[in-house]
Amino acid sequence: MMKVLVCISQVPDTTSKVRFKEGNTQFDTADIQYVMGPYDELALTRILEVRDAGTPMEITVVNVGDASTENTIRKAVAVGANHAVRIDAKPTDAFYVASQLAAFAKGQGFDLIVTGKEASDYNGNQVGEMLAELLDIPSISNASHIEVKGGKVVVEREMGGGKETVIAPTPFMVAGQKGFAIEPRIPAMRGIMQARKTPIKVVPAVPAEHLLTVESYELPPAKSGCKFVPKDQVDELVRLLHEEAKVL
Amino acid sequence: MSVFVFAEHKGGSFKKSTFEVVSYAKKIADMAGVELVAGVIGKVSDAEMAQLAQYGANRAMRDQQPDLETFRTRTYADALTQMAENVAANVIVFSDNFMGRGIAPRMSVKLKAALATSVVDVPKSVSPMTVKRKSFSGKAFSIVKANTPVSILSLVPNAFGVVEKPAAGFATTDFASKLRASDLAVQVEAAETVAGTMPVSEAEILVSAGRGLKSPDNWGMIEEMSQLLGPGCTTCCSRPVSDLGWRPHHEHVGQTGHVVAPNLYFAIGISGAIQHLAGVSGSKVIVAINTDPEAPFFKAADYGIVGDAFEVVPKLNKALKDFMSKQ
Ligand SMILES: Cc1cc2nc3c(=O)[nH]c(=O)nc-3n(C[C@H](O)[C@H](O)[C@H](O)COP(=O)(O)OP(=O)(O)OC[C@H]3O[C@@H](n4cnc5c(N)ncnc54)[C@H](O)[C@@H]3O)c2cc1C
Repeated sequence: MMKVLVCISQVPDTTSKVRFKEGNTQFDTADIQYVMGPYDELALTRILEVRDAGTPMEITVVNVGDASTENTIRKAVAVGANHAVRIDAKPTDAFYVASQLAAFAKGQGFDLIVTGKEASDYNGNQVGEMLAELLDIPSISNASHIEVKGGKVVVEREMGGGKETVIAPTPFMVAGQKGFAIEPRIPAMRGIMQARKTPIKVVPAVPAEHLLTVESYELPPAKSGCKFVPKDQVDELVRLLHEEAKVL
Repeated sequence: MSVFVFAEHKGGSFKKSTFEVVSYAKKIADMAGVELVAGVIGKVSDAEMAQLAQYGANRAMRDQQPDLETFRTRTYADALTQMAENVAANVIVFSDNFMGRGIAPRMSVKLKAALATSVVDVPKSVSPMTVKRKSFSGKAFSIVKANTPVSILSLVPNAFGVVEKPAAGFATTDFASKLRASDLAVQVEAAETVAGTMPVSEAEILVSAGRGLKSPDNWGMIEEMSQLLGPGCTTCCSRPVSDLGWRPHHEHVGQTGHVVAPNLYFAIGISGAIQHLAGVSGSKVIVAINTDPEAPFFKAADYGIVGDAFEVVPKLNKALKDFMSKQ
């Protein structure tokens, strides 16, 4: 039985309008709908596919967050995770989050740890590798495919201008990116009922440092508007790109 | 004290993004008044190494051990950490790509150094390190401050540009870091390179097309346009196009694909959904071509043509051909 830990984050829904408050020092969470991080959802989906294809697995999902993340965690159980854990802490900087996950995972004998490429709210892209470093296990990021063969992990990764298939013994950490799974799994009614009954284990936070602090936020400058060029004047477009925008 | 930059190469040749990140690191070294040291892993000739001096590297360290031929995140992080410690680096700089993203978080843990990824600008202050980075999938920026004496930055390709600033007296020292044998169990079974293609995240110009093109058979004009625009240009696409298998997955840009920031982005037959825009809003200049004058892409674009791509693109290609031949 392979023991798998899937780390999931909760992020603002992709169509959310990003606004800030208190002199642009805080993210304005009013009217924000939260969802499971899209890459984390694909990572979980792919692990479930591997289990369904015949690799016996015991899958634990873990999230670092306050009580408001429990719906997201339940969704992970509803699609098929066996155990659910919430580490009771505010997910601030990546090192802090990775330290919480490491404190939880240490000594539990997870064979495989899987995360999504990045949490799409802060785009840190760091937690998976930091966790692997804290647990002192090897890893691969940017994985576009994973399988388990003979107890080993077989991963495809995208390199600049190419692809590699890598085979690794466990324990191992994989951060999945696009292609890992195509569509996230939708929970079935039975899963939803099951998830309601599954307890979410709440683990207290451990003391850890914040290496990086956000001082303030900025929105990108508004575009000054689109300059339309008539469709039969493509030469004019080329001229504008060359002389005005200076990008040709 | 020094600034240390990871100088990545492909098969012994440095990439343009490497020269960019060296230029950027030089700027920081000048701000801090310290030397710039480049770290290189793998087989790179002395002549190639010397190119790093052109962009301001004062010296370089090179680890050519055969066990480093395969990219293993932990092994590379081990080697680069030892180099950075050897030169007492207080700022470490990477290019924000698949290698940097794997290595930098591990070094952050090893060195207890704050890590800012997706950096888009020169630091506002070097000590404490305060710098602007992209956040919320490109919908916003944040100004972050390191709470540690050592900091690590990874720079978004094309955010700074390549700047020549020759340094005198450049020399390369060979360095043999201590590696762990246990990592060798992680092995590459097969490798496949897509010949001649540049990763979309590094391109200076992108020609991107969407479902408006209707069939994979219609990409000839898109590829032609990309070729006309030169070696810094490549093609990419919207998500449905790669999901349908019309184009390979590595071309998919947007929130769930590659996040790109080229100097020029052509969006042809792409509606401009918020998830697509999230991945391209860092582009300096956007040109949208769409039959629908109400397409949301026009709100994000700098230049627009309302028209049928099958009419406009061939004409545009002809105009580009004329323009390029005169350059
Ligand atoms: C969680 C999530 C994540 C997503 N992530 C991404 C992502 O990363 N990247 C991404 O791209 N999408 C993503 N999407 C999908 C996104 O919402 C859109 O569905 C998608 O971007 C639409 O692609 P399109 O513009 O190519 O196609 P369409 O929406 O079908 O638009 C086609 C456009 O072509 C125009 N057109 C038609 N014919 C012509 C012609 N002859 N000449 C010129 N123009 C023409 C039409 O007017 C239209 O504007 C995501 C969605 C979700 C829910």
